[in-house]
Amino acid sequence: MNLDSLLPNLGEWLRGTGPESDVVVSTRIRLARNLAGFPFANRAAPAQKAETAAKARDALAKADLPYQLDYVDVPALSPLDRQFLVERQLVSRELATVLEGPRGVALDQKESVSVMVNEEDHLRLQVLRSGLALTEAWEDIDKLDDALEARLGYAFHDQFGFLTACPTNVGTGMRASVMLHLPALGLTKQIEKVFRALQKINLAVRGLHGEGSRAFGDLYQISNQVTLGKSEPKILSEIGEVIETILQYERQARNALLKERRQAEQDRVARAIGTLGSATMITSEETMELLSAVRLGIHQRLIEDLPATTVNQLFIHTQAAHLQKLMGQPLDGEERNAARAKYLKAKLRELGSARP
Amino acid sequence: MTCQFCDAAATVTLTEIVNKHKRVLRLCDRCAKKKKLFADAPGAASPQVDVPALLSLFGAAGPAPAAPPETAALTCPDCGLQYGEFRATGRLGCPAEYDAFRPALEPLLARIHRADAHAGKTPRAVRAARRGERLDELRRRMAAAARAEDYEEAARLRDEVRQEEAAE
Repeated sequence: MNLDSLLPNLGEWLRGTGPESDVVVSTRIRLARNLAGFPFANRAAPAQKAETAAKARDALAKADLPYQLDYVDVPALSPLDRQFLVERQLVSRELATVLEGPRGVALDQKESVSVMVNEEDHLRLQVLRSGLALTEAWEDIDKLDDALEARLGYAFHDQFGFLTACPTNVGTGMRASVMLHLPALGLTKQIEKVFRALQKINLAVRGLHGEGSRAFGDLYQISNQVTLGKSEPKILSEIGEVIETILQYERQARNALLKERRQAEQDRVARAIGTLGSATMITSEETMELLSAVRLGIHQRLIEDLPATTVNQLFIHTQAAHLQKLMGQPLDGEERNAARAKYLKAKLRELGSARP
Repeated sequence: MTCQFCDAAATVTLTEIVNKHKRVLRLCDRCAKKKKLFADAPGAASPQVDVPALLSLFGAAGPAPAAPPETAALTCPDCGLQYGEFRATGRLGCPAEYDAFRPALEPLLARIHRADAHAGKTPRAVRAARRGERLDELRRRMAAAARAEDYEEAARLRDEVRQEEAAE
């Protein structure tokens, strides 16, 4: 599979069209699964890893599914291609750069389904959906899980459920995570309050790439911590309820901003577009901050001529590996900041929206 | 409630129950971070409770209440991993340790998940095997009832077998 063919696509999670997509960027569910009769990947000898990878590849190729899964052998990829897959949320940083030995990822054409092989667990199934779609994502991944289980013997325990290398994942092996865009809660300084409430009920909050408390571009991921003792639908409905509440808070805050300081908000969006369209050097962090303002402006109807999907395209294309692929050459940090600014300027001019 | 390590307000509560002895630790956000209680691996889907940090925190907070002394010496019969190695890395070596380390794992799981048993999906193969065992047992009891000429009981069991088969 040629990864460059993915470049012009946005991928499922950035389609920008799902339910509640004014606030919810995407929904992701992953399941951790291991093969019975093998050591977990961290303790497996290279020959054993090769064997689990071969079994997984065979099952992935023959699985009875309505879509085809193409296997990408990670050790054979260039560092740039590995980073590219990380940016597209298709593999973890660990699988891409930390782990060694036979490992890979199987992907569907829409980039909605991915299965990592020999990550911390033998299999890490993942389904991505645009917008808030916990039930749909669960139905998809449940079917994928059944199809693979028909061809693989899973490590399962009568008391502890699906067995995983780390006890924090045992039981369902499920981690559901919803990515939210919460600029108005940030602007009105309510976000800390929301997160303190979440931690009390055992839900985790983190930024886009897990960078501590600082969330670039007002993007936050909310996910379950507990995997043992509750059924999958129960865990999902608990997250779903919390998300509904946060949605209400964010929308209230957005309405309040429009009511109380419309002119200032209009100005903020115009300045963001102005900077994006005229800078000659720009970092990825600043780009994300400005795109966050633009995205909010679109949903607040403060700008008319820019579709939300364009913001998503600019967002993914200005990340390091994507940018280098678009430019067709490796670039160091300074060169990337210049190339990013050039790309943004050209794109916005093309769209006729570069007028501040 | 204040943090046991500094005087800030405690926001993290850890409860350990070992052999019916309960111990509670209270920490503020900053101390929980300083003790690296929440691993923040870049690219991970969500923050995970860091297992080695959790274990060492309880180990350091005064005399451990009678953790079974044999725990540290537990060794996996399948892959040879020792419990001490798991304590250091937070990662198990193979599925067999969920039984081999059970006395040490159960309190840990109770702390992480506040539960000790799975309540979700069961693989088809496991469901089929369980149904097979149930059917075998019902058929055995049906034959025994027939031998004892308890035809009423045998007929009831036959209906149960049919129901079970129809559910497949």
